[in-house]
Amino acid sequence: MKWDEFFVTGEPMIYGAMVSIVVATLAILIGLTYFKKWGYLWREWLTTVDHKRIGIMYIISALLMLFRGGVDGLLMRGQLAKPENGLLDAQHYNEIFTTHGVVMILFMAMPFVIGLMNVVIPLQIGARDVAFPRLNAVSFWLFFAGAMLFNISFVIGGSPDAGWTAYFPLASIEFSPTVGNNYYSLSLQIAGIGTLMTGINFIVTILKMRAKGMTLMKMPMFTWSVLITCVIILFAFPVLTVALALMMFDRLFGSQFFTMANGGMDMLWANLFWVWGHPEVYIVILPAFGIYSEIISTFSRKNLYGYKSMVWSMIVISLLSFVVWAHHFYTMGHGAMVNGVFSITTMAIAVPTGVKIFNWLFTMHKGKIEFTTPMLYALAFIPIFTIGGVTGVMLAMASADYQYHNTMFLVAHFHYVLIPGTVFAVIAGFYYWFPKLFGFRLNERQGKLAFWTIAISFNVTFLPLFFLGLNGMTRRMYTYSESTGYGPLNLIASIGAVGLAIGFIILVYNIYWSFRYAPRDTTGDPWNARTLEWSTHSPVPEYNFAIEPTVTGLDPFWEAKKGGHQLYQGKFEEIHMPNNSGQPVILAILFFFWGFFMVFSWWTPAIISGIAILIMLAVRSFERDHGRHIPVKEIQETESRLRGEQV
Amino acid sequence: MKRKGFLLAVFSALVVLLSGCSSLTVLNPKGPVAKTQSNVIIFSIIVMALVLLVVYVLYIYMLTKYRASKAAPDYEPPHEEGSKWLEITWIAIPVIIVAVLSVVTVRSTYAVETVPAGYEDQKPLVIYAASSNWKWHFSYPEEGIETVNYVNIPVNRPIEFRLYSYGPITSFWVPQLGGQKYAMSDMVTKLNLVAEHPGSFMGKNSNFSGEGFAHMEFEVYATSAKEFEEWIDEVKTTASDLTEEKFQSLLDADHVGRETFTSTHLEFSPAPEGEHAGHNHGGSDEESTEMDHSEMDHSEMDHSEMEHSEHTHE
Repeated sequence: MKWDEFFVTGEPMIYGAMVSIVVATLAILIGLTYFKKWGYLWREWLTTVDHKRIGIMYIISALLMLFRGGVDGLLMRGQLAKPENGLLDAQHYNEIFTTHGVVMILFMAMPFVIGLMNVVIPLQIGARDVAFPRLNAVSFWLFFAGAMLFNISFVIGGSPDAGWTAYFPLASIEFSPTVGNNYYSLSLQIAGIGTLMTGINFIVTILKMRAKGMTLMKMPMFTWSVLITCVIILFAFPVLTVALALMMFDRLFGSQFFTMANGGMDMLWANLFWVWGHPEVYIVILPAFGIYSEIISTFSRKNLYGYKSMVWSMIVISLLSFVVWAHHFYTMGHGAMVNGVFSITTMAIAVPTGVKIFNWLFTMHKGKIEFTTPMLYALAFIPIFTIGGVTGVMLAMASADYQYHNTMFLVAHFHYVLIPGTVFAVIAGFYYWFPKLFGFRLNERQGKLAFWTIAISFNVTFLPLFFLGLNGMTRRMYTYSESTGYGPLNLIASIGAVGLAIGFIILVYNIYWSFRYAPRDTTGDPWNARTLEWSTHSPVPEYNFAIEPTVTGLDPFWEAKKGGHQLYQGKFEEIHMPNNSGQPVILAILFFFWGFFMVFSWWTPAIISGIAILIMLAVRSFERDHGRHIPVKEIQETESRLRGEQV
Repeated sequence: MKRKGFLLAVFSALVVLLSGCSSLTVLNPKGPVAKTQSNVIIFSIIVMALVLLVVYVLYIYMLTKYRASKAAPDYEPPHEEGSKWLEITWIAIPVIIVAVLSVVTVRSTYAVETVPAGYEDQKPLVIYAASSNWKWHFSYPEEGIETVNYVNIPVNRPIEFRLYSYGPITSFWVPQLGGQKYAMSDMVTKLNLVAEHPGSFMGKNSNFSGEGFAHMEFEVYATSAKEFEEWIDEVKTTASDLTEEKFQSLLDADHVGRETFTSTHLEFSPAPEGEHAGHNHGGSDEESTEMDHSEMDHSEMDHSEMEHSEHTHE
């Protein structure tokens, strides 16, 4: 392979990206060396097994990916702003909508949700860490390796260009001969293994490590949502694993699972993809429901209305999520009977989702609503998400879907579900739990300004797309002629996209400003909240709780504050904590190189790194590491320091 | 007062939106299939607007009445577990709505999947529509003619489009005549359409299929039966035969303009149906036509029957 085939050439924007990647990397390396931070980085972050730090790393990565995916989105809106625009050519546009989809779903929404899970779940159930802290670090680093592998594709070798769904035979070697879709299959595979392990880890954590007295039906709603999400992950991700493996065989080793010739079945890919892909939607939406439940209850100063039906509706949603996948391709011609069945199962999801909406509304009934920034996102979610929901019911009707399918109507629908559903939720959760991690709140004035900019711009961007879709504009068109009449609405949508970008810039500025100037919170409970995570110090000590809490009901911290219950009974004892380890990050680096060599079919280095991965696994199996114990004296010192006493 | 003003605004917005609908392609049908779909869409919009209204009214009520700034400083919100009757209400009513919509969906889906009502006793005009790269080939086997990137049809006669692809999955869509259906390389799918108004309608591939996708449009030209016959006769006298070499060169091209021929490619490059389907068991003909739609079992595949795969492009 020649060097000019290896690097993507001939595109000024990509040259610019290459230069900025090199400059940024150099700046980071020089900065770390100059400020002598290599040791700190290695000891405190790269080798950490602390769920809070892993959560923070997930969230930082997700924010970076939000930026990457957002730039993709802006470029798309820029290209579509006027008819026959020349900002991007067809190939570049195709790569950008593909990476926009993959990055936003798999490398932004998922890690953001998983990051919040990491930060909150052990604290919320009164545990000191997750069940398998080392495995948790492996999960994060595998996700990170997958994300980085996917992201270098646009400067080295070329990005995937067959859509985030990678439908065959378009994604086969015959129609996509560049390495782009090799990147797709390998980077998603590596990140997917990490996600699957996260699922297992959190199921065990939630089932086995809850505080004394916290029965299943006394778990906070976010914990419930994560438990159900992890069960979905456990059943859905293996399907993706298999599909991606078959894709890799097809593209690298000449097998014919999904190709046009020799009995390959293109629709088999579509089925496998969506058997994973539809539950995936609920993997990112159910934790969001959990986050909103916490926030709405906290800022209405009321317990969650209809707790039991909230839990049951999530269980029903998770079951239904596995029997609706064919609604993504009603138009594949599987006849009225099959389409009818899938229409009914799909519409049925509206019932439990509606139950949740009404329960949130009635949580506010007779409440004392405070309009903090996280609450504003939660409140904006209800009306906007309901539009996404009802258009979902419209799309579920097979006969009508023949007219919506593949159009901007569909694009508008899923943005109306995923942005208020997931993106608003993770931002709300970020604002809400931020003081727990860092010991101060993000500035409310700036936060509200960012909120209003984002919420209004969102509607300006995506509402016009419903009408463009009904007017026959299909998705993934890189250009359109003036005679179609799509120009004005597209221009409005593009203006909205600029507004969204401004909103996110304000949000980033808000984080920066608050780090420097925001007043520190000493209470550990700045929101006057209800669940266990607020009963410990902020920032949280590494062992989370000096004494393991005892719980008698829902909202245990609220009860304790009202004077009805003693959370911490007993005295300090030695705390058993896991040791840090460099193995997860080394393993992930090996996975990264293995994936990279596989992408380019460089077999010898691929085999060597594959063997190195196996050696790492063997090393771990023979390792004896029983962790360490924090002595009582050290706990006492930490506790009094965190209470602000002089030692 | 404020709330009434809001309701009025919502209502008037709805009226404006619905009256503006007829200018939207999908809601401006020119045939019975698209008409059925347009009716289903408008019905569902009305039902969903009512659902939205209920949610929005409750939402505004809660937000205006129970804000902290309006409450007394010592007001302590009560502890509420939930209400059995309220919860039964908001489960039962959505179930009824979903049930109604399900009936509408299943009936209309059967309606648009078969020959439209009133046209069952007419013999349908069979047209094979095949996609290759970023163009469409239309073959009229009975008339023995073939066109590229445009298709002429008679009004008030059922048309049976048989769809397949010489490459990636595409989706055949003429919004004003009816919803889309996929065209795939290893099977034939069928789409029944009728045009009830003469005119020219935009048709396109709506499923992303690579670099030239945005320009993969065709024109459907609906004329009276008499004019259609005249057009057939005219083609027969003016156009030339489609040779295998010519067809191969058409397949290889990225885009081509409009073309017309007096023979079809089906004779030397048959559609992937019956014994030529990608996944048949080598069984009888009835069995294989069934399989066109739903056969997902790929055991015992007959590789020798994959003639169409020889014509795939690079």
